[in-house]
Amino acid sequence: MSAGRSARYALAPTAAAAAALLAHMLIPNQQTALPTRLYPKLLIILMGSALVVALVQWAWRRSRPWVAHHAPLMAGAIALVGTWDLLTLKFAWFPLPYFPGPDMVLQGVLDDRVLLLESAYHSLTLLLTGYGIGVAAGLASGILIGWFQSLRYWATPVMKVIGPIPATAYIPLVMALFTSSFLSGAALIAMAVWFPMTMLTSSGILSVPVAYLDVARTLGAGKRFLIFRVAVPAAMPSIFLGLFMGLCAAFLTLIAAETVGVKSGLGWYLKWQQGYVEYAKVYGALLIMATFFSGLMTLLFKLRDWALGWQKGLIRW
Amino acid sequence: MVIHQRADDNPDRDPPEALGSAPATPALGSSLDIENVGKSFRAANGTVMQALSGFSLAVEAGEMVSLVGPSGCGKSTLLRLIAGLDSPTSGELRIGAELIAGPSADRGLIFQQPNLFPWLSVRRNIQAGLVARGVLAECRQDTEHFLRLVGLEAFADRYPHELSGGMAQRAALARALVNHPRILLLDEPLGALDQFTRMKMQDEVLRLWLARRTTMVLVTHDVDEAIYMSDRIVLLTPGPGRVERMIDVGLERPRYRNSPRFLELRTRILEMLHFTGGGAPEPTTR
Ligand SMILES: Nc1ncnc2c1ncn2[C@@H]1O[C@H](COP(=O)(O)OP(=O)(O)OP(=O)(O)O)[C@@H](O)[C@H]1O
Ligand SMILES: [Mg+2]
Repeated sequence: MSAGRSARYALAPTAAAAAALLAHMLIPNQQTALPTRLYPKLLIILMGSALVVALVQWAWRRSRPWVAHHAPLMAGAIALVGTWDLLTLKFAWFPLPYFPGPDMVLQGVLDDRVLLLESAYHSLTLLLTGYGIGVAAGLASGILIGWFQSLRYWATPVMKVIGPIPATAYIPLVMALFTSSFLSGAALIAMAVWFPMTMLTSSGILSVPVAYLDVARTLGAGKRFLIFRVAVPAAMPSIFLGLFMGLCAAFLTLIAAETVGVKSGLGWYLKWQQGYVEYAKVYGALLIMATFFSGLMTLLFKLRDWALGWQKGLIRW
Repeated sequence: MVIHQRADDNPDRDPPEALGSAPATPALGSSLDIENVGKSFRAANGTVMQALSGFSLAVEAGEMVSLVGPSGCGKSTLLRLIAGLDSPTSGELRIGAELIAGPSADRGLIFQQPNLFPWLSVRRNIQAGLVARGVLAECRQDTEHFLRLVGLEAFADRYPHELSGGMAQRAALARALVNHPRILLLDEPLGALDQFTRMKMQDEVLRLWLARRTTMVLVTHDVDEAIYMSDRIVLLTPGPGRVERMIDVGLERPRYRNSPRFLELRTRILEMLHFTGGGAPEPTTR
């Protein structure tokens, strides 16, 4: 890439931040909002760091492709926030109290930072507990159902009947079963994860090429080796699909559980602030949720890339 | 038989040097008895397809037998029966005095396709049999030996999708050999290799065979390979397969591919294959 073009790319975020900052300072406010310095400060920080990155890529050629790839995205994100500022605070095309500007949202997050961190922590422990239990149970039942014909005979109709019921439908049942709201939440999430995990694990095991099993048997493999060293690794791509679907189901169920029974966590915070018509804080919580969930997703993607490296070139998603 | 004398010349001196560490029990070939075996498959549309019928063959302990026959005559089916992966519809297969009841590490099978485990590196593929039998710790050295033998040291940590077809087949060969089976069944294992690697591998298989006196049953489409390698060549009829003709090679070892007797035998076999007629001769006559 030419130096001129890469410089243009690298400076785009800085320019976007500068434009957003100018618009924020020069255009008069239409929404009646308490003035804070948070948003302009953030823009200045962004502008500064984008400028540093631009200088780094100018000095260090090897970083240029990375910067050139990410800079337009970054600039776009900043432009989006700037537009949001215009549509709300500046022109008031979207009215308060439902549509606060970025400034108010930042202030809301800052005000409630301790509570938000606690909520995120609660959500994380609940999610991981439920997900962990669901994944373990789903793996076990998926392997059993996939491997043993007789178990499959009994399990298939059961799965067909109870599988499609969304886990949240069990809320009344679960609340009657467990006195602790944490346990009932974890149980709900586990159920939501268990189903896709079981289905995809068992179908993965069922579709293991017979040739691999034949080879293993001529090498002296017993049942344990056939299941855990042949069938399970061969089913890994399908199992990972189950892990992803399970994680999505877990997010859904987590938020549902937290808005119903559980008295902590991001879902609960969201519902609570909505009750007070504190929409700035609702958006703040949504933003944090988004980073939280996409962070976990990214982690799972990284894990998959590591575990399924052997089928490089085969993964298309 | 000449071959057996040669193998007896150096019964225990040669293997340990040649093969790194010797296994706990000396690997000796077992005899194999195939009596009047038939195998039929029921096709999806309900028709019964006879792959083998009335197939009889006795293989002595330590013997190397080649099976040559047209495509689809049941050679792979026969090897699967010997390996214990399938059971015959009629007849009996015996190892020594024992009926074959299922697969065992004593009977190695190298499939027509390499079928490497794609999630394991080449080294771990070769170790699979050792892991399956729980002897990895004792026999780790063997892995390295067989990696070198098939010329894949440099690719030990690669995954199967990074190998060429010939390399994959060599890895599959090493994976079967590392178990030191008493009977080794080879289903056109060298078919995918280039001429030079192929000849080198033929010599390696022969060397192994001489050292360990493993009984070997080799399916091949290459008449030269059959003559070069085996004590006996079995010609099969087109499906359902049965023994059409048995040829004692009777050449001294080491054999020379251009010796007059080699060439004479080659001509004879090619003529025989020609007389079998049908559309099949091309792949065997090349
Ligand atoms: N699992 C099976 N189900 C149905 N038919 C089968 C099965 N396995 C083999 N056959 C049939 O049995 C016959 C013999 O097959 P086999 O694979 O043993 O042939 P082959 O001699 O090894 O041929 P090639 O030289 O092409 O490898 C074929 O007609 C094939 O269609
Ligand atoms: Mg075959």
